[in-house]
Formats: sequence, C-alpha cells, structure tokens
Amino acid sequence: MSDDLPAGVERHPFDGTDRLATRGDPVYGEPTDGDWRAWNPTRSKLGAMLELEMDTGLEGGDEETVLYLGAASGTTVSHVADFAGPTYAVEFAARPARDLLETAASRPRLFPLLADARKPATYAHVVESNVDAIVQDVATRGQARVALENRRFLADDGRLLLAIKARSEDVTRDPEDVFADVRAELEAEYEILETSRLEQYHADHLGVVARPRSQ
Amino acid sequence: MTDSAARTAGWFADVDPDEFDGLDDRDAGDARDARDGSTVVTAIREGQTETPQDWPTLAVDDEFADDEAAYYDRLHDATMAATRAAVTEREAADDRQLVHAVRAMDDCERTANELAERLVEWAGTVDPDAGTGVSFARELARGDHELESESEPITSLAERVVDLADEAADLREFVERQTPTIAPNLAALAGPVLAARLISLAGGLEDVAKKPSGTIQVLGAEDALFAHLRGHAPSPKHGLIYVHDAVRGTHPDERGSAARAVAGKLSIAARVDHYSGERKPELDAELAERIETIQARTAEDGDRGDSGGETDE
Repeated sequence: MSDDLPAGVERHPFDGTDRLATRGDPVYGEPTDGDWRAWNPTRSKLGAMLELEMDTGLEGGDEETVLYLGAASGTTVSHVADFAGPTYAVEFAARPARDLLETAASRPRLFPLLADARKPATYAHVVESNVDAIVQDVATRGQARVALENRRFLADDGRLLLAIKARSEDVTRDPEDVFADVRAELEAEYEILETSRLEQYHADHLGVVARPRSQ
Repeated sequence: MTDSAARTAGWFADVDPDEFDGLDDRDAGDARDARDGSTVVTAIREGQTETPQDWPTLAVDDEFADDEAAYYDRLHDATMAATRAAVTEREAADDRQLVHAVRAMDDCERTANELAERLVEWAGTVDPDAGTGVSFARELARGDHELESESEPITSLAERVVDLADEAADLREFVERQTPTIAPNLAALAGPVLAARLISLAGGLEDVAKKPSGTIQVLGAEDALFAHLRGHAPSPKHGLIYVHDAVRGTHPDERGSAARAVAGKLSIAARVDHYSGERKPELDAELAERIETIQARTAEDGDRGDSGGETDE
C-alpha cells in the first residue's frame, strides 16, 4: 500500500478533519478552504479509490493526460482536471452534460464531449492517443466491453481505473459473481493489478486498477 | 497510416482557424448560432475515426495551432461550443416533441376507429357480410373483400382509414423509440407509451418530476377525482396507470395498493430522469419486488375460495 497521492491532491483540514482535496473552482457545494475544495469519497468512485489507498498510478501535473468515461455532471472529473493536465470528459446523457459544461467553463484543460463511451470511433478524432489514464465510471450494462473498446486510447504503460457497478450489469445477481465475470472479460486485454470493494463509500461497487497487456 | 491521412482524420483537419475568433462569445450566448454557423461544431459532433492519433503534435505540425498550449485552448473552445450545441438541441427537442407525437398518435387511433365505425355502417347497407373495425377497412382497401355492389366512395373511405391506422402505428413506433432516450427510467418502469402519456398529460417531463406521487396515481382520472372532492364519490384508485401490468394484473381488492406502489416508483423514476438522466436499474427490481408482495396477499386468499376473480385476460 502506498500513500502516494497524485501531485495536486492533498489531505487538507476542513473544520478540523483531514479530507482529500484539490485546488479549483467549487462545483457541487463541497466545503472549501481558500483554493482547496474537499473531495467527497461518497460521491466519487475515484475519490473512494484514493481514500482506500489503492495504487492508482496517477501522478498529477500538467503533462498527465486523462480520458474520463462517464463524467456525468462533472463531480469527479472536476477534481481530476484540478490535478492532471488535459482531461477528456465523455458523457452520454444530455441533462448531466449541461452541468458538466459549467464545470468545464472554469477549467481550460477539461474538454467535455457528449458521446457514447461504447462507441469510441465517435470521439477518436478528438481524444488523443496514448493517454496516461482512463477513468471509467459508466452505469451501463457491458462495463468490461467499454473498457476493452477504449483500450485504443491508453498508453502501453497507462492505467485503467475502473469502478464496476454490479447493479448496472444485473440487479438480481450476487455482486461477487458479476465482478468475477467482468474481471474475466477484462483479462483479455488488461492485466489487473489491484481490486478493492468500495463498499464503505459505494454499495455494490468494485474498484479496479489495471494496465494494458502488451500486444 | 501516412501522416497526411492521419491528419485528415483529426477534428481540426477541415476547420477554418478564423472561426475561433468570437467562438467564445457565441458559446456563452446563443448556442444556435454556434451550431449553424460553425464548421468547428460540426467537426467535433459529426467527425468519426477508428484510431486516435497524437492530435496535439499533428495539429502543430499542420500549423493549425502555434504550439501545444494554443492547440488545447482551441480544443477547449471547440468542445465547449459543440457540446453546448448538442446539449441544447437534445434537451430542447425531446419532451415537447414526445408530447406532440403521443397526442397525434392517440388522435390518429381514435379517428381511425371512428371512421372505421362509420365505414362499417355504410358498407352494411350495400353488403350484409361487411366485417367490423379497422381490420375490415384493411380487407376492403386491399381488395380481399369485395362488396356485393361495388361502391367507389366506400372503398376510398376504407383507404383513408387504413392510412390513418398506419400513421398511428408509425407514431407509436416513434414514441417507443424516443421515450427511452428522454426518460430512460420512466420508460423502463412504465413502458414507453404509458411514460409518454404521463409526460403528455402532465405537460412535460419536468412537470411529472415535480408532481407528488399521489397526483401521478390519479393522472387521467380527473373526473372521478373531482366527483370525489365534491363529496359524492369514492376516491379514484388509479388513472392512466391502470394500464400498467402491475396494476391491471393485480386482484381488484389490492389494486389501490398496487397503484400507489407503481405511482411512487414512477415519480422517483421521473425525478431521476429529469434531474440526473442516469439509468438506475435497481428501480425496476424494487418495483417488481413490491408488486410481488402485494400480489402475494391475494394469491393466499385466493386459495381459500376466491370466486374465480383472477382470470385476467
């Protein structure tokens, strides 16, 4: 276990408790202290993965490129854009994308895209190749396939940071079975480095850190 | 892929760099301008390619931007404008279009049925073997049924009826296709057509989302509701949602409970659709579970001598 948070992410005191935080414009009414804004792990799966000290491989800094799939209204992706460099945010639904736009307005290296993460060909003309990390939090069936399809964007030494939502695959099955299936499917193109249940913050979610298999 | 072939696949390949002057203002203001006027927006929204490239480097080589930072600045302006245009278009279009479509569908169906009745009555005067309804109109129009004495106006009317019925079927297909993109959860829980009717009756998705579930329960039963409020009738148990399988498929004694449960979940679904837009499959399971519990009550009673009231279609 490492406690190497990416540069730009710190444990910062808010009202006496240390919480994960990044520097940027507040987005969803989170507590702030000067430039610092608290990163709420119960509202963000990536936040939970960092809080649980998973080794995400994220370094932070202007050179780090990130593709974020399932950006929703921008809660998590705003923190990513705060600490990383160019960040591509893909979201499929129009309503949350409206909020995402507001988040992106004050973040010049956050690029919002209204597109379907299951169809990377519709945004491969915009998103650059060899990104350092893909963060995936899509609430649809076929989450493993989304990760496989988007492998094309990831650098060979890049990381896939995936939050699998069991209920999106099948609400009736035991989450453990769902996770096993998704992991088996991922193994085709990814080597899984670490997994951890996010139970403490998100019911029926599994956090996964993986890197692409060399082709 | 050669360098030049690679470059033409990038979003910036056919974009006029001059367009970036003032794109910022437009993107803050009227998205319509940006949508109509700009090759930038079209390039982002409609471009496609299989393989991503190192676009920042290619764009600088191509003299689209002076350096990487300038490229990213332009990319930010372009994605903001394109996404804003797409969002505005999707949001403005949808639930209003759906309201009109579902009303037109009902009008076509009702009119087709009324005209079919008129047709049957008329055809009955010249042919004692005339059939009934829209299906008879189809037979006439196709020539499968010959009237005893040929009548051109009757056949012509039959063709109109068939056209209207076909139009209604096309509209139903449109509604079934569109509702899940506008209100994914409501459509999944209620079925696309019932979901569209609720949106239509309430006036829009936002209006459904803002109604209490008790109102959704009796939407479409206004006459009964006001009779009740005037004090000379029992309160209605259900309105439109009567056609939901979970309500209709439940024993009459428990339909009030079922309608309440369905309305409750539908109102949650509408709120999720309006305020977040994310699909939440757990809602389906929760409703199914609740309905199972409710129906189990009468199943137990039914075993002890219910007088055969369970024969539901």
